[in-house]
Amino acid sequence: MNKVLMQGNKVIGEAAIRAGCRFYAGYPITPQNELPEYMAENMCRVKDGVFIQSESEIAAIHMVAGASAAGARTMTSSSSPGISLKQEGISSMAACELPGVIVNMMRGGPGLGNISPAQGDYFQATRGGGHGDYRTIVLAPATGQELADLTMDAFDLADEYRMPVMILADGMMGQMMEPVVFKEPKLRQYRERYVLKGAGAGKSRFIRGLILDPRAMEEHNWKLARKYEVITQRETRHEAFNTKDAELIVTAYGTAARIAKGAIKRLRDTGLKIGLFRPITLWPFPARELQELSRRTEEFFVFELSTGQMIEDIYLALCGQGHVNFYGRPGGVVPTPVELAHVIARQYPKKDRHHE
Amino acid sequence: MTKKVFGKPKCLKENVFHYCAGCGHSIVHRLIAEVIDELDIRGITIGVPPAGCAVLAYNYFDIDMIEAQHGRAPAMATGIKRTLPDRVVFSYQGDGDMAAIGIAESFHAANRGENITVIFINNAVYGMTGGQMAPTTLLGQRTTTSPSGRDKTKDGYPIRVSEVLSCLPGTTFIERCTVNSPPNIIKAKKAIKKAFQYQIDGLGFSMIEVLSPCPTNWKMTPIAACKWIDDVMSKEFPLGIIKDIKSSDKGEKSHVS
Repeated sequence: MNKVLMQGNKVIGEAAIRAGCRFYAGYPITPQNELPEYMAENMCRVKDGVFIQSESEIAAIHMVAGASAAGARTMTSSSSPGISLKQEGISSMAACELPGVIVNMMRGGPGLGNISPAQGDYFQATRGGGHGDYRTIVLAPATGQELADLTMDAFDLADEYRMPVMILADGMMGQMMEPVVFKEPKLRQYRERYVLKGAGAGKSRFIRGLILDPRAMEEHNWKLARKYEVITQRETRHEAFNTKDAELIVTAYGTAARIAKGAIKRLRDTGLKIGLFRPITLWPFPARELQELSRRTEEFFVFELSTGQMIEDIYLALCGQGHVNFYGRPGGVVPTPVELAHVIARQYPKKDRHHE
Repeated sequence: MTKKVFGKPKCLKENVFHYCAGCGHSIVHRLIAEVIDELDIRGITIGVPPAGCAVLAYNYFDIDMIEAQHGRAPAMATGIKRTLPDRVVFSYQGDGDMAAIGIAESFHAANRGENITVIFINNAVYGMTGGQMAPTTLLGQRTTTSPSGRDKTKDGYPIRVSEVLSCLPGTTFIERCTVNSPPNIIKAKKAIKKAFQYQIDGLGFSMIEVLSPCPTNWKMTPIAACKWIDDVMSKEFPLGIIKDIKSSDKGEKSHVS
C-alpha cells in the first residue's frame, strides 16, 4: 500500500473499513465531523456496510450495541460532550460484553467547553466513564500512522475481549493531515457463538445486563474483573524514547507526547539527558514499565492538556518512588515544543547538570 | 382419538410468568408467541425487551433476545435490523420507555421507517418502579407522583403515541388494541400478526399499542381494571386502526375517534 496524505479523522474511517467495520452510527459534533462524513461516503464501498446518522449520541451507541449483538464489527465516534451522552451505552456494552469501537476526539470541557484540542476526558475514559464496575480499553494514538494502526487493533481487541474499546485522541489529531500507510489488518475472527442472529432450529439465546440476583451479579462483576486483569497483564503498550540515559523522564500521551518529543529533541541538542515515556494504552496503564524506569531515574515530569489527570496514574505506578512535576494546559491551549522546552528545562535536576 | 385444539405456544419457555395477577403482559407475551409460531418465524426473530416489568421477557420467549437500556429499544432494534435485514425484529416497550425516556428513539426509528415492529404496552402508569405518573397517565388519574391526580397545568396532557407516530410517513401500520376481554384479545392477536406481516413484507415501521391492565398500580381488582379500560382509558386512547398504508385511503389516518 502506498503512502497517502490524509486527515486524521478520515484515517480512522478508512482504517475502520479496512479492519472490517460494517456498521457505523454517529451524530455530528466538532472536531470529528469528517469521520462520520467519511463513513457516509465510504460505507457503501463494502458489502453490508451500514452508515446511520442517528438522532442523538445516545441512539448511536445503542444502535452500535444492537449491530454488535447481531455480529457486525461496529464503530461510533464523537467528541467530549457527545461521549458523555454515550456513556450509558458504553456501560451497557461492557455489562453485556458486546464489542465495539468508540472514538473520542477530545475537545475543551467541562460542559460544552470549546472545539479546541484538550485532554480533559482521561478520567472519564480510563475509569469506566459510565456507571458500574467496568473498564474500557483505551488507546491513545500520537501520529496519523498510529490512528490507522490502533484503529485496526481496536477492532481486534474489542472482539478478543468482548468489550468496548476507545480510541482517545483530540481535535488536533483529528484535523491534522499526515502521510499514512494502511497496513494489512489482522482480521481475527470473532467468536460466533456470542452472536445473536435468530435461534434458527437451535436453542434461543439472550443477552442481558440486568442480573437481579446479587450473588449472580457479583459473579458477573468478578468475571469482568478477571477479564480486566488478563488485559492488564497482556495488553499494556507504551513508547520509550531516549529513556536509557535519561535524568529526567517526561510522561505524556497523544498530542501532548508529540509536543513533548519535539521539546525533548531540542533539549537533547543542548546536552540535557531527557527521555519520554508515552503510554499508548491509557487503560490498562503501563505501570510496571514506568516503575521499571524509576529504578534508573528519579525525576519525572508530566505534561497534559488538562489540569492533571494522567498524573494520578503516574503516582500510582511510581508508588512514591521518584519526584514528579506537572505542567498542564487545559481548555484547548496547545503550547509549542519551544514553549514546553523552556518549562521542561527549568525542571531539569540541577545537581546533575554540571557535575557528571 | 382426541384432537388437541389448544396448547402452549412453542416459542414460550416453560417458565411461570412473574407478572402480577390480572396484568396484561402475560397475555400479550402469549399472543406474540402464538403469532411467531403461526408465521413460523421463531428461528429468524430477534426480540428487544425494555427496562420495566417486561425486562425479564427473555425468561419466557424461546427466541433470541437482547435487553435494551431504558427507552433505547428502537435504536438497538435499528442496529440489529440494519445488520440482519432478513430477520424479524421487534421491540417490546412500556409507556415510560416508549413515550418518555425513549421518545426520541421511538420517534426517529418510526420516522426512518425502520422495518421493525414495536409492541407498545400502555398501562398509563410506571409499573415496575411502583406506580408513578407516565406520559400516558390520564388527566385526574392518581399515581404515586401525581397524588392528587394528573393536573394538566402542572403535568401536561397524556401523549397519544400512536396518533403522533401515525403522522410520520415512515410508519405503515398502527393499531390500538386492548387485552381486557376475550374478543379484544382476539382482535389484538390479529393486529400483532398483521404488524409482523407488514415487517416481513418489508413495508416499514409497524406498531401495536396495547391498553393493558395494571391492577396492582391502579389499586383495583383485575375485573375492575378491565372495566376501567372500557369505561375510562379507551375514551382517551380510542381503540382501532390508527394508520394502515394498505387501506383504501392511501396512508392517511383511517381511524381516529
